Amino acid sequence: MAGAGGGGNDVQWCFSQVKGAIDDDVAEADIISTVEFNHSGELLATGDKGGRVVIFQQELESKNQPQCRGEYNVYSTFQSHEPEFDYLKSLEIEEKINKIRWLPQKNAAQFLLSTNDKTIKLWKISERDKRPEGYNLKEEDGRYRDPTTVTTLRVPVFQPMDLMVEASPRRVFANAHTYHINSISVNSDCETYLSADDLRINLWNLEITDRSFNIVDIKPANMEELTEVITAAEFHPNQCNTFVYSSSKGTIRLCDMRASALCDQHSKLFEEPEDPSNRSFFSEIISSISDVKFSHSGRYMMTRDYLSVKIWDLNMESRPVETYQVHEYLRSKLCSLYENDCIFDKFECCWNGNDSVVMTGSYNNFFRMFDRGYRQDVTLEASRESSKPRSVLKPRKVCTGGKRKKDEISVDSLDFNKKILHTAWHPQDNIIAVATTNNLYIFQDKL
Amino acid sequence: MDVSAEAKRIMAVSISKLYASRAQRGGMRLHRSLLLSVIMRSARDLYHSACLAKEREELGTAHLVPVTPEEDAMDTTANGEQVEVEVSQVEPEPESPLTPPIQEPMSSDSGAAQGACKTRTFSGKETVEDKENRSPVSPDRHSRKRRGKASVAPDFLPSKRARLSLELGEERVLRTGRRNCCRAGDAFTTLSLNSNRAIAAF
Repeated sequence: MAGAGGGGNDVQWCFSQVKGAIDDDVAEADIISTVEFNHSGELLATGDKGGRVVIFQQELESKNQPQCRGEYNVYSTFQSHEPEFDYLKSLEIEEKINKIRWLPQKNAAQFLLSTNDKTIKLWKISERDKRPEGYNLKEEDGRYRDPTTVTTLRVPVFQPMDLMVEASPRRVFANAHTYHINSISVNSDCETYLSADDLRINLWNLEITDRSFNIVDIKPANMEELTEVITAAEFHPNQCNTFVYSSSKGTIRLCDMRASALCDQHSKLFEEPEDPSNRSFFSEIISSISDVKFSHSGRYMMTRDYLSVKIWDLNMESRPVETYQVHEYLRSKLCSLYENDCIFDKFECCWNGNDSVVMTGSYNNFFRMFDRGYRQDVTLEASRESSKPRSVLKPRKVCTGGKRKKDEISVDSLDFNKKILHTAWHPQDNIIAVATTNNLYIFQDKL
Repeated sequence: MDVSAEAKRIMAVSISKLYASRAQRGGMRLHRSLLLSVIMRSARDLYHSACLAKEREELGTAHLVPVTPEEDAMDTTANGEQVEVEVSQVEPEPESPLTPPIQEPMSSDSGAAQGACKTRTFSGKETVEDKENRSPVSPDRHSRKRRGKASVAPDFLPSKRARLSLELGEERVLRTGRRNCCRAGDAFTTLSLNSNRAIAAF
C-alpha cells in the first residue's frame, strides 16, 4: 500500500540512487540546503548554498523492470539566487537557498518558489520539445536571408527537437524582510503564500510583487527585550485562513487570518510544560523548534526541536500527543555540542504520504523514522558503503552505555560533521530523499 | 571551583562565538545571537552564584549548601541547576557571617546594598532604576513580549543611561545598575553584558 509502513517490520528500505560528487573535499557551494518533492512526486528539487536549484525528474517505470520504480535524473539546473550586497548595512546577502516550495500544477509548466535570506522568486519550469522550422526570411541557424534570394513562400512547421527544459524567473518578491527569511509556504488557495523571517510574517499574492501584507510582527518596541524569534511557519494544507508559526522558545501559535488583519493574537498556543527533571543549562536552546509541518490530513502538526520530534493534535494545546526521541544520548553532551556549534543545527522533519510515519535526520549521516501506528522506530544510515543498487539498508544502533555490541556505534564515535538536516518523502510512494552534506540519497522500499 | 570555571569557560566561548558571527557571511543571525546571549547570561548568573557561594564559604557561613564540583557542570545535570538555585536563595549578609541560616527566598527586588559579592537570581526586574532614562515600552504591546533576561543595554553603545555605582563603592556597576558584579568576574561581566549589543544592534 502506498505510503504505508516505514518503521514497521513490513517495510525494508533499499538504496536507489545517490547524487552529487563522490570526493570528500566538499565545496561549500555544493552543500545541499533544501529538498522538496512536488505534489505528484514526479519532480524532486534541491537547493544548495551556491544559490542553485537542481530538479530531478522520475523516469517512467520501465516496462522491462516492472518491480522497480523509475529513477530520478537531472531535469533542470539553474542559478536561482546570486550573492548580493546591502550597501546600506554593509552586509553581504547569501545566495544560499533556504527553502523551495512547489506550486500545485495547473498547466503544462511547473512553478516553484525559492528563497534566500531576503528575496523570494517564482520560477517557471517549462519544456520545449518542438521548434518551428522553415522560415522564409531566416536560415535555420538564425541568420537572415537576403530578401532578394527568396523565390518561394512556405509555412513554417513545428519539428520535434531534443527536449529542452527552461527555467525562467516569473516574479521576484524582494525588499520585504528586514531579517533572515526562514520559511515560505504556499496557501491552499493557490493564490497567496507566506514568508517568515525572525520577527515577521508577510502574506503575498503570487501575482503581485511590489507589496505584501504583514500578518505577524513580534518585534518588541525595545529590541533589548527580545526573548524569542520565529523559527518556522506553514499554512494549513486545507484551511486557507489558518497558519502556524513556531518560536525559539518551543511554542507554536496557530493563527486565523479571519480574526484580524494582524495576527499577533494567536488563536491557539501549543506549549508543553517543561519536564523539571530535564532542566539544564541548555534547556532553553534545545527547546527551540527548528521545523513545523502539518500532516497531509491537516489534523496534526509535527515539530522538531534539537532532541525530539513531537506530534500535536490541533485540538489539544496543552501537550503533544506523541513525542519521539531522536537522539536522547546527546542530552549529556550538550556542552560539547554547544562548543562545536552543533547545538544550533536546524533539523527538518517530514511526514509520509498517509501520515503514518515521520522522518527526521541526525548525526553520523543517520536518519530516523518513527512509525506512529506500530510504535516502532528505526535508524538508518546514508553512506557510500551501503550504496549498492537495491541493497537493503541495515538498521543502525547507537550504543548509549555499557558494553557495545557488535555493529553498534558508540556515541563518542559519531561524526558530528556528517549531519542530515534535510529529508523529504514522496507524497504517495515509499520513496525518500535524504540530503547529507553534499549528496542526495534516494531510497525506496523493497518491492 | 569547577562550576565557576566552567561557567567562565562557557561565557568565553559564547562571547567568541558572538564576535565570530559578526564576520560571517550574511551578517549576524538574530536567532543564533539570541541563543548565544541566553547561554551567556545563564553562564554569567551561574558564575555569580558560584562566586557568591565561594565567598560565603570563605566567610564561613555554615548554612550554605556547598557547590559540588562536577565534571560536566554545564552538562544538563539537574544538580548543577539545583545548586545554583539553593545558593541564590540565601539572603546575602556578608557583614554578619555568624548570622544563623536564613532560608528565605531571595528577594531580588530588594534594593539593599550588599557586600562585596552580590548577585541575584536572574529575575529581569529593575531594581535600582534610572526612571528618567528608561527605555519606552509601548503599553499596548502584547503581554508575551515580556522583558528579556538581560534587558541590560550594552556597555559600549552610546546610551543615555547613567552609570550607577554602589554606595559601598566596591564595585563598579555597569549599565543600569540592575545587577552587581563579582569583582572577580568583573571582566567577564563587562564582556558578557555585550550580549545585548548583539540583539540591540538589529
